[in-house]
Amino acid sequence: MKEKKLMMSSSFNVFGVGISFVVMCILCNSAIDSLPELSPQKYFSTLQPGKASLAYFCHSDSSGTTVFLEELNKAVKPLQDYGISVAKVNCVKEETSRYCGKEKDLMKAYLFRSNILLREFPTDALFDVNAIVAHVLFALLFNEVKYITTWEDLQNIDNALKGKANIVFSYVRAIGTPEHRAIMEAAFVYGNTYQFVLTTEIAVLESIGTEDIEYAHLYFFHCKAVLDLTQQCKRTLMAQSLTTLNIHQFIKTMEAPLLTEVAEDPQQVSTVHLQLGLPLVFLVSQQATHEADRRTAEWVAWRLLGKAGVLLLLRDSLEESIPQHANVAFKREEGRRVEYLVLHDIDSVISHVENNMHVEQIQHEDDDLEEPDMDMQDDEVEETVYRDRKRQLPLELIVELTEETFNTTVMTSDSIVLFYAGWQAVSMAFMQSYIDVAIKLKGMSSMLLTRINCADWSYVCIKQNVTEFPVIKMYKDGKNPVYYAGMLGTKDLLKFIYLNRISCPVIIPSVQEAEEYLSGELYKDLLSYSSVSVLGLFSPTMTTEKEYFTEAGSYLKGCVIIAIYSEEDVLILSNRYAVSLPALLLVRHKEGKIEAVPLANTHTQDIVQIITDASLETFPEITVETLPTYLRLQKPLLILFSDGSISIQYRKAVLMLIKEKHLDSFTPCWLNLQNTPVGKEILQSYFDVLPPLPLLVLVDLHSGGHVFAFPADQAVTEQNLLLWLKKLEAGLESHITILPAEEWKPPLPAYDFLGMMEAAASQHPTRKAPECTKEVDVQENSKGQKEDKSAIRKEPTETLRIKHWNKSGWLKEAEKSFLHDNKEL
Amino acid sequence: MGLSARAPRWGAPGLLLAIALHPALCTPASASLPPARRDYCVLGAGPAGLQMAYFLQRARRDYAVFERAARPGSFFTRFPRHRKLISINKRYTGKANAEFNLRHDWNSLLSHDPGLLFRHYSGAYFPDASDMVRYLGDFADRLGLHVLYNTTVEHITLDKDRQAWNGHYFILTDHKGQVYQCSVLFVATGLSLPNQVDFPGSEYVEGYESVSVDPKDFVGQNVLILGRGNSAFETAENILGVTNFVHMLSRSRVRLSWATHYVGDLRAINNGLLDTYQLKSLDGLLESDLTDLAIVKDRQGKFHVTLKLFLEETNQSADAIPLPQDDNDNFAMRVAYDRVIRCLGWNFNFSIFNKSLRLSSGGEFSKKYPLVRPSYESKGSRGLFVLGTASHSVDYRKSAGGFIHGFRYTARAVHRLLEWRHHGVAWPSTECPITQLTASIIRRVNEASGLYQMFGVLADIVLLKENATAFEYLEEFPMQMLAQLETVTGRQARHGLFVINMEYGRNFSGPDKDVFFYDRSVGHTEDAWQSNFLHPVIYYYRHLPTEQEVRFRPADWPLPRPTAIHHIVEDFLTDWTAPLGHILPLRRFLENCLDTDLRSFYAESCFFFALTRQKLPPFCQHGYLRTQGLVGTERLRQHRVASGLLRTSPAAGRRPGEGRRQPGHPKPTRHFLTPGPPGQPHDSNKEEL
Repeated sequence: MKEKKLMMSSSFNVFGVGISFVVMCILCNSAIDSLPELSPQKYFSTLQPGKASLAYFCHSDSSGTTVFLEELNKAVKPLQDYGISVAKVNCVKEETSRYCGKEKDLMKAYLFRSNILLREFPTDALFDVNAIVAHVLFALLFNEVKYITTWEDLQNIDNALKGKANIVFSYVRAIGTPEHRAIMEAAFVYGNTYQFVLTTEIAVLESIGTEDIEYAHLYFFHCKAVLDLTQQCKRTLMAQSLTTLNIHQFIKTMEAPLLTEVAEDPQQVSTVHLQLGLPLVFLVSQQATHEADRRTAEWVAWRLLGKAGVLLLLRDSLEESIPQHANVAFKREEGRRVEYLVLHDIDSVISHVENNMHVEQIQHEDDDLEEPDMDMQDDEVEETVYRDRKRQLPLELIVELTEETFNTTVMTSDSIVLFYAGWQAVSMAFMQSYIDVAIKLKGMSSMLLTRINCADWSYVCIKQNVTEFPVIKMYKDGKNPVYYAGMLGTKDLLKFIYLNRISCPVIIPSVQEAEEYLSGELYKDLLSYSSVSVLGLFSPTMTTEKEYFTEAGSYLKGCVIIAIYSEEDVLILSNRYAVSLPALLLVRHKEGKIEAVPLANTHTQDIVQIITDASLETFPEITVETLPTYLRLQKPLLILFSDGSISIQYRKAVLMLIKEKHLDSFTPCWLNLQNTPVGKEILQSYFDVLPPLPLLVLVDLHSGGHVFAFPADQAVTEQNLLLWLKKLEAGLESHITILPAEEWKPPLPAYDFLGMMEAAASQHPTRKAPECTKEVDVQENSKGQKEDKSAIRKEPTETLRIKHWNKSGWLKEAEKSFLHDNKEL
Repeated sequence: MGLSARAPRWGAPGLLLAIALHPALCTPASASLPPARRDYCVLGAGPAGLQMAYFLQRARRDYAVFERAARPGSFFTRFPRHRKLISINKRYTGKANAEFNLRHDWNSLLSHDPGLLFRHYSGAYFPDASDMVRYLGDFADRLGLHVLYNTTVEHITLDKDRQAWNGHYFILTDHKGQVYQCSVLFVATGLSLPNQVDFPGSEYVEGYESVSVDPKDFVGQNVLILGRGNSAFETAENILGVTNFVHMLSRSRVRLSWATHYVGDLRAINNGLLDTYQLKSLDGLLESDLTDLAIVKDRQGKFHVTLKLFLEETNQSADAIPLPQDDNDNFAMRVAYDRVIRCLGWNFNFSIFNKSLRLSSGGEFSKKYPLVRPSYESKGSRGLFVLGTASHSVDYRKSAGGFIHGFRYTARAVHRLLEWRHHGVAWPSTECPITQLTASIIRRVNEASGLYQMFGVLADIVLLKENATAFEYLEEFPMQMLAQLETVTGRQARHGLFVINMEYGRNFSGPDKDVFFYDRSVGHTEDAWQSNFLHPVIYYYRHLPTEQEVRFRPADWPLPRPTAIHHIVEDFLTDWTAPLGHILPLRRFLENCLDTDLRSFYAESCFFFALTRQKLPPFCQHGYLRTQGLVGTERLRQHRVASGLLRTSPAAGRRPGEGRRQPGHPKPTRHFLTPGPPGQPHDSNKEEL
C-alpha cells in the first residue's frame, strides 16, 4: 500500500499544496507549540474574555498520565487553530484550587469560556487527540450541532427547516472518533450556514434506509428549497470517507449551482468542481430542444451531485465547433483535453462519470479495498494456470526430452516437439491441450508427442532456434522441422498431425486414383480436417510449374489436402474438367463441387493464395478458431447471431444475396451461441438487453467501429436485407454502438522504485546525488515551499508515506485565515 | 593473493626479468625470416588466451596464440604454491540447465563441448591446480586451437600503416628472431611479477613464489608474513600447526570476501589464522604501512622489526639500531622472527611492450594493471586488448573480471565487439515480438551465467523497435560502453532500451559490514529496491544515454539515471520465476515503460475483443490474429470464470458498457437528452433519498 501511494503522487496534484503545507506545519510547529505548564493562579489570570480554554489539572508528582499528556500536547496546535488555548495546570501544595481534586488519580480536564466553566471531562473520554478536539468542539458548538437519538428528532428538525436551511446529517459510531472530529471541524466552519445534526444511534440511520451501518455516514438534506411541507427534503449521501477534507469538499459541491448553462468552449470552462478534483460533464443542447434538455440535465445533475459538475452547453451559441455527433463533453480535470462522447441515455452518462472519476475520489473507509491492487494477478492465463497448479498433469503421455535424448529422438522417429518453459504460463496452459492431443492420439498415431523444457535445456532450444515460448515443431523423415503455425489448441494441432500423415503434395500415380481422390474416397478419414482438396495437374515436362506447386504444398503442410498428378495421360483429366494445363482442381466435398483453376505463370505465393482463398467458405460459421482467417479479408462482418443452427430460410436469404453479389463488400457469416458462448457477451456489449435471436448485426471493425443491427421487427427476407443494406450504404441507418477505439494501456501502475530510491538517498545529506533528485510533488506559488521540500526529504520514507496521506489537516490550512478572522470563540 | 584464476604469465618471473633486460638484442634486423602475418595475435595460452582463441577459432578467424612454455597454463604448474585453487568446482546444483550451472562452475572455459567442463577434471570442490593445467591442455588440444608453444615473444613494437585495420600493425618478435605482424593484439599474459615493496632489510624477506611449502621447514619458528590476501593466508594456513606463532602484517585491515562479495578478498577457506588469532592461540594480525618498516638481522640470524625512521636517524651497526620496544616496551612485534615471508600479490609485466604502444600502468586503483577502457581496449593504442587477469582494472574489487569465471565472458564480449568492427558481423541478437519481453527477461535472469558472474560489468540489453511492437535482445554487453552501443554493436537503439543488470544492495557489501544482520532479506515486492543479495535490476531509458551521462552518472550508480527502474526482489534460491512475486511486478514495470498492456489472453478473450473493440492487446495481435491464439482447455476456462477476471481493458475498467441500445429503435443520437423515451429513470429515487 505505502509505495503505491507514493507512486501515484502525480495524480493528486490538486491537493499538492495542501499536503505539503501539512507536512511543513507538522514539522515546524510541533516544536513550538508545546503544552504550557502553569500554576492555578497563573492559569486563571491568563483567561481572556470570550476565549475558550482547556485546562488539565494535575499534581506535579503524578505519573500515570504521560500518555494523556502526550495526546493533549498533540491537541495544542489543532485547538489553537480554533482559538482555544490549552494548558496543563500544576496543583502545587501552596495554592490549591477546587479543580485540583483530592485524589491524584481523579484528575480531570476542564473547558472554560472567559472564566466560566463549560464542561468537565474525565481524562478517559479524551483518549486521543481526535477525541480531545472532538469533545471540545462538540461542547463549544452545542447549538450548531444538534445531537439526536430518535427518528422523530430528525423529522422535527427536518420539518422545522424546510424552506429555511439545509441540513448536514451524520452518523458516527461513537463520540470522540476521528470521524466525529472531522464533523466537528466541519461544523466549526459551516455551522452558521447549515444545521448540523449528529447521531450515534443506528436506528436513526436505518430509518432513512441505509443498509451499511458499519461505517460513519454523512448526508446533505436539501431542505432550503422545499416549500411544500408535505414534500421530503432531497438527500445526498457523501460517498467518500469522513475526513475533514472530504466533508469540506462535499459541502462545497453542495453549495455549487446544481446546473450551469454555458455557451463557451468547454476547454475554457472551469468551476469549483475542477478545483476540487471532480470532473465536469457538459450536456450538449440546442435552442430547439432547450427546455427539455434542461430538465434532463437537472436530472443528471441531481444524480451526479457530489460526483461531478453538470453544465448545459448551448451548441447554437457556441463559436468553436464541437464534433457533430457528440452530445456529451467530459472534462476530467483542469488542463486535460475535453473528451467528446456520444452517449445514448442518462445511465450511460452516469456510468461514464462514475467509472472515470479521479482515482482519489473513490476513497472509502478502507483505502486498501478500493485501491487497485498491483499485486493482484490480472492476467487470465497466469491466473488460471496458477489456480490449476496443484493438479498433477498426466505428463507421462508425452515423452520428455533432454539434451542427451533430443537429437536421437527427432532423428529416429517422427515427432512433434513442444518447446516450453516450466515457469511460463502460456506454455503451461497449452501443455494441457497438448496432453489432450496425446490422449486422443493414444495408440492411433505413429507420431511421437514429445516436450522439452527450455528452462532446463536452454542450449537445445537455442540450437533449435527457439527464442519464444511455446513453440511446436514437427520433425519428420529426418527433414527440416516444420514449424506449427496454427492455433494453440487441441483441435487444430490434431488436424495438423492428421493431415501430416500424408505428404504434401501427395503424388497420384493413376487417373483412376485421381478420380478416387477427387471423389473423396481416397482420404475419406481426413476430409473433415480440410475444407478443400486440391489436385494439381501438370504434364510431365512442366518442371518449373511443378516445382512452384510442390513448394506451395510444403508451405501449406498440415492445413489442406494437396495432391499432384503429372503422368503422361494427364490430358484425360484436363479434358474431363475442361481446363488447360497447368491447372489445379479444387474440390469442396461438402458442396460436392469441383472447380478448375488454370495455373499458367502462377508462382508459389499466388498458388498458396488461391488455395487459402478457396478454403474459405462463403457463409461460414465463425468460431473462436476461425475468426482470424476471415478477419484477414478486412471487410465488415455481417454476422447472424443464432442460438443453435440457423434456419434454412435465413441461410437461403443470405446465400441468395451472396450469389447475386450484393454482399461482396462484406464478410457474411453466422455465429452459433451454442458453439461459441462468448457470443453472448459480445451481444451484451452491443445491447443493453439481449435481443431476440436470431439477429443480424453488421460490425465494421476496420473503419470506425460502427455496429448496426437489422431491425428486430422485420422479417429476414432477401428484400428486407437488401433494403437495409442499401439504407446502410446511404448512411440512413444509425449505428447502435461504436466500438471503443482505446489503446491498450497498462492495466495498473508499477512500483516507482526510482522515486523510492531517490527519496531514500536524499535522506542522507552526506551522499550527493544532484542529478537524480526527483521533484517532489509540490506545486509552486507557496511561500513555504522551500522549507517544505527539504522537510519532506528529511523525513524517513516510512513516515513520508503516512504524511503524504495525512490530508485531513488540509481544511485547517485552507480555512485558517477565515477561522481566525471571523470566528473566534 | 587470490590464485583462483590468475592468467598465465611468461614463465617463471626470474626468466622474464632476464628477457626484459635485453630486448634490443633481438631486433628484427637479426631475423632472416619474413614476417608472418596474422589478423589476431594472442599473447599467452592461459585461460584467457585460450578462451579468446576458442572464439576466434569458432568464427574462423586468422589467429595465433603465443606461449613460451611447452603446454598451456604453466602459471598453474607452480601457483598457487599450496596447490589448492579457491575457485569453486560445484558439480551439483540440482538443475539440468547447463547455462545456470556455469554460475557455480568457476573454472571451466566457455565452449560448445560439454566434455570440456571442469567437473570432468576434478571431483574436489576446491580443485588442485594441476587439474587446471591438465584441463587447459585438453581444452587447447581437443578444440585444436592454434597455439605456438615454446615461443617467447620478447619485444612488441608498433608499425604505422594506413592499410592496417587500426592504422598500425603490432610487430612481435620472438626469441628466435621470427617477426609476426598482427592487426589486433590480445594481451593475456596475466600478472606475472611478484609485488615487491622496497624497505631496509627487504633483502631478508623470502617471497611467496619461492618460499618452502614444506611445513617441516617451519617447525618451532616465529614467522612474520607480510600481506593479508589469500596467498598470505594460504601460506599461514599451511604452517599454522607447526610454528610457534604466525604474525601477519599488512597496510590495511583484512577484507573478508563474504563481506565484500569480491572473490579476490580473503576467502573463508583460507581464514584459519583469523580463527586462531581471535581464539587467543598466539597467532595475530597487525596493521602498518610496509614502506615505513625496516627489518634488521641480529647476530643469531633472527629478524627484528623496526621503523625506517630509526635507521635514517642513526647510522650504526646492526646491534645498535634502535627498536620500537626500546621506548615502548610493549611494542607488538618486539619478538625476534625466524622468517619473514612476503605475500604481496602480483603485477603486470610491462617490459616487453615498446613505448610506442603507450601501454601504461596506473589504473584507478592500482599500478599493477595496464590501463584499459571498458571495452578492454588499451587507452594507448587502438587494436590492443588486454584480457584475463590483467584486464581486472575495469572491475577491480567489484566484480569477477580478474578470474576465470568472469573473464571468460569479457573475452566473449571483446570478440563480439571485434566481429562487428572488423568483419561487419553485428552483435548477436534475437528479435521477438513485444509479448515475449517479460519471458525473455525472466529466462535470462534465471539462467544467464555471464550476467550473474560479471554483475555490474556485463549487462543484457533490450533494444526496442519502432512503436515497441518488437525488440532485439543483446546478451552480456559491457555496460560502461552503453553510450557507444550503436557504433560498437551495429544495432540500432532509436526507440528506447532496457538494461538488465545484477546488483547487490547498494549498502550491503563492504569491508567491516555485518552482512548477517537481522532482517537482511527482503520478501515483499514493493520493497524490492531494498534487496541486499544479488538480484536483477532493470533500467529503462527512453534514449540511449550519452557518453557524458555515463561518465557523470550519480555516485554509486552503475549507469546514468534511468527513466524508470525495476528491482526484481531478491530470492533465496535465485529462482526468479514466482508468478506473483517476480513475474507480475516485472510485467507491470515493462507495461508502464512501454505504455501498453502485456497481459496474455486466451483465444476466446481475443475473439471477444476482436468483435467489441477497434484495437487488440499486443498478445492477441501477435498470436490470435495470426491464427496462433491460445485456445486453452475446458478446465482452464472454468478457472477463468471462477477467477472473476473480466474481459476489460484498463481504460474501460469497471465500465459496464456504454452506449448500448435495443435494436430496432435507433434514436437520433444528437438529442437523446430530450426526455420522453421509456426507461428513463425519473422514478428511481434510490440514489436520491
